Amino acid sequence: MYSEKVMEHFANPRNVGEIPDANAVGQVGNAKCGDIMKMYMKIEDNVIKDVKFKTFGCGAAIATSSMATEMVKGKTVDEALKLTNKAVMEALDGLPKEKIHCSVLAEEAIQSAINDYRRRNGEDVPEDKEYTCEH
Amino acid sequence: MDNNATTSLKKEVLDAMIPYYTDIYGNASSKFYKVGRDAEQALYKMRESVAKSINAPNVNEIYFTGSGCEADNWAVKGAAMANRKKGNHIITTKIEHHAILNTCEYLERHGFEVTYLDIDEYGFVTPEQVESAIKDTTILITIMTANNEIGTIEPIKEIAEVAKRHKVIFHTDAVQAIGHMKIDVKDLGVDMLSLSAHKFHGPKGVGMLYIRNGIRIDNLIHGGGQERGKRAATENLAGIAGLAKALEIAVTDLDKNVAHCKKMRDRLIKGIRDNIPYCRLNGPEDEGRMCNNANFSFQYVEGESILMMLDMNGIAASSGSACASGSLDPSHVLMAIGLPHEIAHGSLRLSVGEDTTEEDVDYVVSVLPSVIQRLRDMSPLYEGVE
Repeated sequence: MYSEKVMEHFANPRNVGEIPDANAVGQVGNAKCGDIMKMYMKIEDNVIKDVKFKTFGCGAAIATSSMATEMVKGKTVDEALKLTNKAVMEALDGLPKEKIHCSVLAEEAIQSAINDYRRRNGEDVPEDKEYTCEH
Repeated sequence: MDNNATTSLKKEVLDAMIPYYTDIYGNASSKFYKVGRDAEQALYKMRESVAKSINAPNVNEIYFTGSGCEADNWAVKGAAMANRKKGNHIITTKIEHHAILNTCEYLERHGFEVTYLDIDEYGFVTPEQVESAIKDTTILITIMTANNEIGTIEPIKEIAEVAKRHKVIFHTDAVQAIGHMKIDVKDLGVDMLSLSAHKFHGPKGVGMLYIRNGIRIDNLIHGGGQERGKRAATENLAGIAGLAKALEIAVTDLDKNVAHCKKMRDRLIKGIRDNIPYCRLNGPEDEGRMCNNANFSFQYVEGESILMMLDMNGIAASSGSACASGSLDPSHVLMAIGLPHEIAHGSLRLSVGEDTTEEDVDYVVSVLPSVIQRLRDMSPLYEGVE
């Protein structure tokens, strides 16, 4: 069902946890649908110095969170915003069709955290969308 | 730890099957030569054995099918089609297996009306609920003997009395129950009963429908004259031999197995409760719970992740979470007992069997708390809970 890469990231997820002095925090998904991703970032000079995540969800939700955090760590905010769910999926050697929404959540979680950072810096960023279980 | 899903094939059962793949390969319908007649005679003996095992008064009330699912489909569609001049109303519950629920939904699309009875927080339906749902147009009541997810044992005998009083056909899906409780069709008073061999250490791909003499249902599978013209297809003699043998053993060893499963189940439930906070047992506490089933919800975590981590530790289990089932909603059974979505997503079904040992149970109890803790430590819902 899952690729070896997905299993490996599920078994040994990278960047799990919180960042106490994070200056960017984003959360997407909802408990009713069965998956929530929360991303913490420490951004300095527009570069993501550190990123951590907490996820409630299935194996794919945990693996995509892990992979997405790895992919944006050390990147600039603009580079991180370009991360697509497709890139996360490819990095994990694919996902089963019914799990693609997990990679979408991972992409959105990154964006949500960065949007939070921008809001904190006085930028005019629209609110995150409401989540419904139509993945 | 997933014996509600399937069970291992017993050596004695396999031994009983092999002759029908080798020497006695005849078609039970080919009566004009010896190997065919041998098959026919063997089939009669198997039918006799099954009738005896479930205490069916007549051998010709036993009909072999290709699965428990087929038996359920046949019972419901067959009774509906044969009685549609009398009425179009069917009564069932919200927690039936999909073999019943999806069949009922299919019939709704073809003009039948179905009442899906609510169940209480433990999964029980009452005979009174059934009685008050009966209308002039009711032609069939179908309610499972025991629930496959949360182990609730329904009051089948009492419901059968209600059905009888109102002259409505009563079918019960006993697929999960066989081998875990006494099943006596005469004592229960049911008109039809389904079972599936692989749930009690028999082979996959063979089931049975008991149809009490006098109950008329349409065919599901049309073709040749097998099963007294009621179910076409060359008999799966080896499979039926396996079903008959497995059932015979299940009935003989019933008391011993029930006692063993109960002991393992209770050890498991106690071990989990003592070691994992924020968990709830889904289904009845003890009375009215199947001897082999334990179903828990663990707050703040998701079921598929639990299954994957258990699998990495060599433990096979099952979950009612949406992710685990590949659908958007968690299990219909967990929804029906009133669990909120997020609690249902964190469900885990562990089902023991006669070959489950105390060591197996203790191993699960040693692994599960750390699995749940690890996932909770990863879960944003758990923040601030500790």
